[in-house]
Amino acid sequence: MTSVGGGAHIGAVFSCADILAVLYGGFLRVDPTAPKSPSRDRFVLSKGHAGAGLYAVLAERGFFPVEQLLTHYQDGSDLSGHVSHKLPGVDVSTGSLGHGLSIAAGMAYSAKLKSAPHRVFCLLSDGECDEGSTWEAALFAAHHGLSNLIAIVDYNRIQGIAPIAEVIELAPFAEKWTAFGWGVREVDGHDHQALHTALAAAPFVAGKPSCILAHTVKGKGVSFMENSVLWHYRIPRGAEFDAALAELEAHP
Amino acid sequence: MRDAFIRTLTDLAPQHPELLLLTGDLGFKVLDQYIARFPRQFLNVGVAEQNMSGLAAGLALEGHTVFTYSIGNFPTLRCLEQIRNDICYHGANVKIVCIGGGMSYGAVGFSHHATEDLAILRSLPGMLVFSPCDLWEAAEAARYLVSHRGPAYLRLDKSAAPVNVEPGEAFRPGSIRTVREGSDVTLAATGGILGEALLAADALAEQGIFCRVLSVHTVKPLDTDTLAAAASETGGIISIEEHAVDGGLGGAISEALMEAGVFPGFFVRMGLRNTFSSAVGSQQYLRKVYSLDAAAIARTVSARLARGADRFLTVAAR
Repeated sequence: MTSVGGGAHIGAVFSCADILAVLYGGFLRVDPTAPKSPSRDRFVLSKGHAGAGLYAVLAERGFFPVEQLLTHYQDGSDLSGHVSHKLPGVDVSTGSLGHGLSIAAGMAYSAKLKSAPHRVFCLLSDGECDEGSTWEAALFAAHHGLSNLIAIVDYNRIQGIAPIAEVIELAPFAEKWTAFGWGVREVDGHDHQALHTALAAAPFVAGKPSCILAHTVKGKGVSFMENSVLWHYRIPRGAEFDAALAELEAHP
Repeated sequence: MRDAFIRTLTDLAPQHPELLLLTGDLGFKVLDQYIARFPRQFLNVGVAEQNMSGLAAGLALEGHTVFTYSIGNFPTLRCLEQIRNDICYHGANVKIVCIGGGMSYGAVGFSHHATEDLAILRSLPGMLVFSPCDLWEAAEAARYLVSHRGPAYLRLDKSAAPVNVEPGEAFRPGSIRTVREGSDVTLAATGGILGEALLAADALAEQGIFCRVLSVHTVKPLDTDTLAAAASETGGIISIEEHAVDGGLGGAISEALMEAGVFPGFFVRMGLRNTFSSAVGSQQYLRKVYSLDAAAIARTVSARLARGADRFLTVAAR
C-alpha cells in the first residue's frame, strides 16, 4: 500500500508494527461490528504518520475491507497518509505531533468520571516527546491518577531527519516518565509476549497512568531499512520493494 | 460579561450533567461559586492551554459539553492547532471562551489583548464565533452554547454596552441585532465597543445625523441580509471592532457584501491597522489612542458624509 500509494513513513510504521499487532491481535477490547461501542477500549495513534500500520491492522481485524488498503494515498481515498477518523475503528485523526496524549487523557478522565471500565491506549513516537504538549498531558494524567491510561512510546531512537542522540536527547527517558508521576516499564517492542505481559500488567503502580517504553528498531523487518534515517520518508520501489517483501515474507 | 457568563453556566449546570468547565488556571474568585456547587463539572488544568484544548476534544468525543476558559489569546492562539485539528476537525463539542476580548486588559499589556482572534477563529471550518456587546447578549450566547453541539468561540469583553432589550426580545444566534434605527449611516460594531458607537450616535443625532447601530454578536455565521439592507437603506457602513481590521468584522462584512453584489455608499473599517496595541493605559484610554472611541467614530462619520457631499457637489458642477 505504501509503494502503490507513493507515500508513508515506512520506517516508523515497521517500528511499531509489532505493538499494533499485539494491541489489535486480541488485547484491545474492540469489535469490528460495533466500532463505536461505548464500552470499547480507546486507541489514539498519536504518531499519526504511522497511519498505514493502523489501517493494516484494522483491515485485518475486519473494520473495513483489506482491498481498501490499496487506496492509501490515492485520489479520493479515505486513507490519508496521516491517520484519519473517516475510517471505522479510528477514533482520532492525528498527524501533528504532540496532540494525542492530551486527547487520550481527556478520554481517560471521562471514563473515570463515568466509572466506566474501558481503558485508553495511546501510541507515541519518541520524537514527539520533544513537544512540550506531550509533557503537559503527562503532568495532567499523573495529577489526576489516570490509571486507565496507558501510553506506549515507540522508542526507536531515530526521529525525522536524524538520530535522537544528535537532535534532542531524551535519556534518561524512563526516569523522566517516572519523575512525571507515571508507572513505567521498558520492554522489547518487537517481542509480542513481552508486550502482552506489560500491557496486561498495567497499571504498573496503583492510581498512576502507565508508560511502556517499547525499545524498537526503526524499519524493523527489512535489513536495509533498519536503523536508517533514510527510511523515515523513503518509499520502496522496484528492486527495493521486491527485496523488502521477500524479507518480510521470510519472517512472517 | 465574564460574570454574566459564569452565572449562566452556574444556572444551567444542574440540568446539564454533561457540562464541563475547564480553566487554564485563571478565574480567581470569579469561578468560586461554580466550583463549590459543581466540583465534578470543573477542572483547572493548569497553565497548559494546548493540553486543555486536546483534553477538551477528548472529553467532547466522549459526550461532554466542554467549555475552555482563559484570558485573551491563551485559549485561542496559544493552542490554535489543537483547536483546528482536535476540536474543529472532529466537530468536537467544545466552546472556547476568551475573557478579555480586544483591549479589555488595558494596562496589563498587549500580551493580554486579543486583537486577531476573530479573524483567525472565524477561518476555522465549523467554528461559530460570538462576540456579544452587552451583558444580555453575553448571557444569551452562553445559554445558546450550552445546548448547541459543535465547536464555538465566545469572546467576552470587559466593557459592555448598556443593555437595551425590547420586552420579549429573543436572542437569535446568527442574526445581527439592530440596537438603534437610523438611515444616514450604519455603525456595525462587535463587542463592548458598541457602547462607543451608541455614544457617537447620540452626539451625531444632535447634529441631525441619524445612525443605525448594529450589534454583530455573531461574526460567524454572518447575517448578510441585515448588512445588505443596511447597505442599501443607509448612506454607508462603518465597521467598528476592537480588533485588527484585517479579516475581522470589517473583513467579514466586506466579503459578505461583495459576494452578495451589494455595495454601500461608503465603507470604512475602524479597528487596529497593522499595529500592536502597545500603548499603556485603560481600555478607554487605548480606544482614544487608537481612534476607536466615540469621538473618533463621530469624526469618521462626519468626514465620510462631508466627502460624500463634496463628491455630490463635484458631480453636480459638471
